[in-house]
Parts: sequence; structure tokens; C-alpha cells
Amino acid sequence: MTSFLSTNAELVITAVKIALLLFIVLTVNAYLTWFERKVVAHIQSRWGPHRVGPHGLLQPLADGLKFLFKEDPTPAGADKFVYYLAPLLALALALTSIALIPFGPQPIRLFNHDIYLGIVSPDVNIGILALFAITAMGVYGVALAGWSSNSKYPLLGGLRSSAQMISYELALTMSVVGVLLMAGSFNLKQIIEAQAHHPERGIFGWNVWPQILGFFCFFVAAVAETNRVPFDLPEAESELVAGFHTEYASFKFAMFFIAEYTSMITVSCLCSILFFGGWLSPFPASWTFTHYLPSVILIPFGLWVILDGFRYETMFGRIILPGVGTAIAGLGAVFVLLPNVNEFIQAPFWLLSKIFVFLFVYVWMRGTLPRFRYDQLMAFGWKLLLPLSIVNVIVTSFVILVRMTWGAK
Amino acid sequence: MGREMTAPLVVFFVLAALAVIGAVSLILQKHPIHSALSLIVVMVALAGLYLLLGAEFVAAVQIIVYGGAIMVLFVFVIMLLNAGVEEHTNLSKMAGAPGLLLVVALAGFVAATIAKSAESVHAAPQTGELASTLEISNMIFKDFVYPFELTSFLILVAVLGATVLAQREKS
Repeated sequence: MTSFLSTNAELVITAVKIALLLFIVLTVNAYLTWFERKVVAHIQSRWGPHRVGPHGLLQPLADGLKFLFKEDPTPAGADKFVYYLAPLLALALALTSIALIPFGPQPIRLFNHDIYLGIVSPDVNIGILALFAITAMGVYGVALAGWSSNSKYPLLGGLRSSAQMISYELALTMSVVGVLLMAGSFNLKQIIEAQAHHPERGIFGWNVWPQILGFFCFFVAAVAETNRVPFDLPEAESELVAGFHTEYASFKFAMFFIAEYTSMITVSCLCSILFFGGWLSPFPASWTFTHYLPSVILIPFGLWVILDGFRYETMFGRIILPGVGTAIAGLGAVFVLLPNVNEFIQAPFWLLSKIFVFLFVYVWMRGTLPRFRYDQLMAFGWKLLLPLSIVNVIVTSFVILVRMTWGAK
Repeated sequence: MGREMTAPLVVFFVLAALAVIGAVSLILQKHPIHSALSLIVVMVALAGLYLLLGAEFVAAVQIIVYGGAIMVLFVFVIMLLNAGVEEHTNLSKMAGAPGLLLVVALAGFVAATIAKSAESVHAAPQTGELASTLEISNMIFKDFVYPFELTSFLILVAVLGATVLAQREKS
């Protein structure tokens, strides 16, 4: 047994990492639905879920159980193979794209092996291209689901969505070219490090300033790619019942649901990495006191949760919430007490914070913006985003050329 | 023969088998969507083979362009036209006899080539640096810049032609 472990260490580590990441991503997905319902509810002056568990925190669990136990009918005349394949494809591709995201530059040294945060090491030469390759395949899940259901609303939803995703994929890819030109690499790690050329500039060294046009195009196109409000025409309730997944129930529906939320997370990761410095801190490198920021955020938050728990109405809440609060505050205390750990978690902390901000923006948009009309959607993609992103590529390459020819450096 | 089964070799055989199975299924499937799906399997398997050869960029582009863009358009058109199951007629004898002859001839030709070259043909040299994005761009934009530009001009003309043809007639 030990010999097997030592000879196939890489395989074992990767398998463990995959299982761990799967667990984390699915849990985050579940709580993302809770977060979304809460935030949208508060935007609309409602309470949101609050019956199942303290603050509705067990709602995702209840939802998951409900998905598992619901009846799962297959429509008559459906193309069985493709009908079952579509949700699998959607979920598998969404989860694969997460696997390519690096969450930190430093490996953990464990059992004589460097273990990177993320499934693959951050140094993949075609990192961003591989991500785009997976996104490009993502259309099939939706298109095939719509087609195989043998029903008119799903077919219309599937057609709409393939047309939308094809149109916006152009702008999505073109808008990143500016960033790639500035970094001179497809490698996600090098793209991030290119934003740290001047460590004293902190937030002002990030790509989002010179590439503000590219960021705008990228974010809008990415929201459209993930079929979220205001671009959720493939599942426009008022017109298409539920669009491409009308005929899906039970866990097959849940798979589409999880796929959608996972791609939200991937897009947030990409936005942070490409335009917002990835795991870089927004402060100048010499401000070492900002390294205590994770603790400064976690400890008061944990204490607040403990206090809130003592005042909670139900007995269950009065036990659970202080427990959770103690764990959070304890984590913060660990970071203060162990300087090595604190240094290590800086990179993942900033990346995760940025991802969280983008997820919030996603939800915020859902609570704020109305849906586009179909012709507006097409005109916006082809007549505004695509030309803008091409202009961005031309301007960026021109500036880089000028700098290379006459620049000071 | 008698070569040790290393991990890349196993992956190669899996991918090669996938590509062949996909190609055969592409022809045998009765429904256009199933044929298109088989073709996607072939494309992805080929991309995997490129990756195995160390040609990362080509592999990614293979999936983005062929697996993504082109095949999505295929599937899209099939869905839009709502094409049903193909009607199969019994093979006409006129087409059958020459077809069989051609199959035998082609199989013989391929077999002969493989048999003859088994000794003389070696594995392709490890591409390594050659296949990197930088090398490819150097080749396209320095060594072969004129053919490349000419091709892109040709594509532009074709795009314009398609736009003109697809335009609604002005009444």
C-alpha cells in the first residue's frame, strides 16, 4: 500500500484535490443560491428564505433534498440519449473549467510534495486558451437540452441560447486579447505577475485601468455567456416557460442549475485574474500592516455572528450561530498568531475576496436590471460589443508598439 | 513490438479509438444531430492527440474553432431546420459494386503503405519548442506572411460574398 502511494503520489494527490474541490465548489454553489435569494430579497424589500435553519441557512440543504426526491419524468418522444447527455455535459464542462483556475502562487509542502491550490499548477502555458476551449463547448449542453426535449418551448430556448452564445463568444474572446498583449502570454500566472511589475502601485498597476474598455466588453459578454440577467433570454419565463430546461425535472434540472452557478464562479475568477490582479493585494507591497486585513475582517465578523446567535429566536439558532461565529473568529485568530500561515493565505484571500465581489455584482444585476428584448440583445452584441473590443485590440497593440519603439523602457 | 505500455501510450490508444469510433458512428448514425455529435467526439479526440504531441496551442485552437465554433453552427442549423431522421434507400447495385471495389482498393493501399513503412518511418521528432505559440506566430507572420495574408483576403471575399448572397432582395 505504501509503495503504491509513493509511486503514484501525483495521481493520488490530484484525485484528493479533485474530490476536495468538487466538495467545495458544490457547497459554495449551494450557498450561492442562498446568498442570491437573500440579496435579491433585500433589494426588493423582502426577507428571503428564513424558515429553514437560522437565517434560512439550511435552505440549500432542503432544496437539494427536494431535487433528489422529486419525480423525474422523461417527455414522450424525447431523444433519450441526448436528453440524458445534455445536463451531464453542461455540468461536466462547468466543473472542468473551475479545475483550470489557480487559487494561489505558492504551493503547500506536504509529504515531500508541492501541492498547489487548484487542480493544475498555475503554470499552464495555454491556461486561458484551455478555459476558452471549455467555454466554447459549453453551448452544447443548452442547445442539445433544448433540441432533445421534443417540445416547442425548449427548442426555441435552445435556439435562442445557441445564437446568443455564438454572438457573444466573439466579443468575449476579442476583449481578452488586450490583456494577453500586455502580458505577452496565455499563462494565467504570468498574466497576474505582469500586473505586479510595479509593486508600489498596488491597485493602480492592475489591467483594469489600461483595459477598462476590454473589461467592460468582457464582463458584459461573460454575463451573456452564462445566460444570466439581463441576458437570460434562453429561459425567459414570460415567453418560454423556462426555456431550454422546461422538460427537465428533479436532479437533471439541478445539474443545469449547478452548471449555471459554477460558470458564474468561473467568470468571477476570470474577471479577477485577467483584469483585477488575481491574487495581488490592492495595496502597495511595502504596506505590510495590510497583511492583517483577513484577521481584521474575520474576527469582528465572527464576534458579530456569535452576538447575533445569542439573540436569535430559535433554540437551534442559539446553538448553531455562536458555533459558526466561534469558528470564523478562531480562523481569524489563527492568522494573527501564526505569521507563516498569514503570509500564505494573503494570495488566496485577495483572490477569493475579488471573486466574492463579482458574485455580488452578478446578484445585484439580477435584482436591478430588466431583461433585454431579443433584437436589442443581438444588436448590442454585434453592433456595440464586437466593434468596441476590436477597437480595444487595435489601440492596445498600437500603444504597445509605440512604447516598444520610442518608449523609455 | 513488445513495447511497454506507458501512460502516454495508453492515452494515445484511448484517444485514437475514440476518434475512429466517432468517425464510424458519424456515418452509421441515422439522425443528423447524432452524426454531428459523433463528429464533435472526433474533433475532441484529435485535439487530445495534438496535446499528446506537445502541440498545446494547436490542440486548444482545434477545440475552440472546430469543436466549438464550427460544430455549434452545424448543430444550430440542424436544429433550426428541424431535420428529421434520414431516409435510407436500399443500396442500388450500380453504386454498390464500384463502392465495394473502391473500399477493397483503398484498404489494400493503406495496408500496403503501413506494411512498407513500418520499418522506415520513425516516430515524429518531439516538437517541443517548435509547437509553442511564439514559434507558430513567427512562422505565420514572418516566414509565410504573404500566403497568410492572401488566405485572409480570400476569406474576407468569401464573407462578403456570403453577406451579399444572404441579403434580402430589395423590391
